[in-house]
Amino acid sequence: MTAPRHDLTPLEARTLVLDVLRTVSPGPALDALGPHDDLRDALGLDSLDFLAVVTRVSERTGRRIDEDDYDGLADLDGWVGLLTTSDPAL
Amino acid sequence: MAEFRMPSLGADMESGTVLEWLVGPGDQVRRGDVVAVVDTDKAAIDVECFDSGVIERLLVQPGEKVSVGTPLALIAATGADAGPAPPETAARPRETPPPAPHPAALSPLVRRRAAEAGLDIATLTGTGPGGVVTAADVDHALHPAVPVAAPLVPSVTPGPPEPVVAAAPGARIHVSPYARRLAAERGVDPTVLRGSGPDGVVHARDVPAVPAPVVTNGAGPAPVAATALRRATAALMARSKREIPHYYLALDIDLGPALDWLRAHNRAIPVAARVLPAAVLLRAVVLAAQAVPELNGHWIDDRFVPGRGVQLGVAVSLRGGGLVVPVIRDAGTLGLDDLMARVREGGERARTGRLRSSEAGGATITVTNLGELGVDAVDGVIHPPQVALVGFGAVRPRPWAAGDAVLVRPVVTATLSADHRATDGALGARLLREIDRRLRRPEEL
Repeated sequence: MTAPRHDLTPLEARTLVLDVLRTVSPGPALDALGPHDDLRDALGLDSLDFLAVVTRVSERTGRRIDEDDYDGLADLDGWVGLLTTSDPAL
Repeated sequence: MAEFRMPSLGADMESGTVLEWLVGPGDQVRRGDVVAVVDTDKAAIDVECFDSGVIERLLVQPGEKVSVGTPLALIAATGADAGPAPPETAARPRETPPPAPHPAALSPLVRRRAAEAGLDIATLTGTGPGGVVTAADVDHALHPAVPVAAPLVPSVTPGPPEPVVAAAPGARIHVSPYARRLAAERGVDPTVLRGSGPDGVVHARDVPAVPAPVVTNGAGPAPVAATALRRATAALMARSKREIPHYYLALDIDLGPALDWLRAHNRAIPVAARVLPAAVLLRAVVLAAQAVPELNGHWIDDRFVPGRGVQLGVAVSLRGGGLVVPVIRDAGTLGLDDLMARVREGGERARTGRLRSSEAGGATITVTNLGELGVDAVDGVIHPPQVALVGFGAVRPRPWAAGDAVLVRPVVTATLSADHRATDGALGARLLREIDRRLRRPEEL
């Protein structure tokens, strides 16, 4: 898989993260998800689920998401923020 | 020609219902392939094949309930591995004893169970087809005073007959019967699903898991019929509290060293292989169970039968409610990374309601981790016939005395529920201290 060489737009990032969340926890809670809702609480994710999300987003973006990034990834806005920032590894 | 038989998928399983065949006559199968879905009352389980070859004939139709050990299908050896394939030795080469001289107990699982219980199969009376010794026969030999050990699990399909086939008459061609039933239970229209089977047939795996809706009648919560899973859990837990004199121990453990080590470990490996703290705790339990083997095994017939290897049960709570315990086989042979991979796979399959036969039942010790649920500690209920259950609560920053100073450290409370018939508190304490010791030296995990 080749990593995208451009930064994602906020809309692309949001769509991508929602797509991945749908593979882990589909359903009405996801459809109703707000940008600041706590993902673990709103979708009932446990650490295995969260790891699956991190892994899939990493695969699809080619960006390595480290555990040090987790604190900022509690809600959708946090994910969009991370994915629209230039990847320091590139 | 090999016979594929109804496997024993748990210590308390006597029979199972074939829900769905994933193969048909003429299909090539390999050992380890998932060939059927079996309902054990607790869960629908993907049953793996013990042999390689071509399916000759299906002997049991979907919907039929048969006892453990009953032949379900005939598998003909193919050219490559032709010859008089020994019917069962291919199943579990390391765990199955050499072919028993007595031909009437062919299921390796039954043989193993008998061996674990110290029974000679040749002395048992087989009630299965053709006089085959079934798991039920082993149980009856073990509990002669309780001829019907069966009520553990409802022995007859309970509840009203499922009106499901009638529910979706138009969808008959492309949806398997079990998938249709699941879809009806979950309020999903099966005809809109995309099938993963040959020719786009919708199988149970294609039906999205949706928590069962709670029906209310406006005057407070209406009584909801217990699911089969709920009843099976109820029966097992009631038996545990009835039969097992539990004792309980607890120990607070400083997880600082383990978490620091894990963070560095995870930075050096691919994201997909990342190890969770929960797996580190499991690894410590496995090592501790090896060090204190008196807590790893089964209490059967008034004596302790040590487990062969650590068969690690990992309790997983389901989103829609309920508890499933996938078993990690021979966990002692797995390093931390491999153990994590198995936790990930087993957890995903448990969540989707699709455990495999090789990970259902037979645990020698179980771990329940309620940390994700935000509680500090759990005094768990032992899963009979096991003799110990290890519990973990949440890892939290807590004040921790170190010498004369008070530091803030990430602390977890480990608990042990143990069977006082099998061990005393001194041995139980050793297990918890051993877990603590292992976690202080994470580089050796």
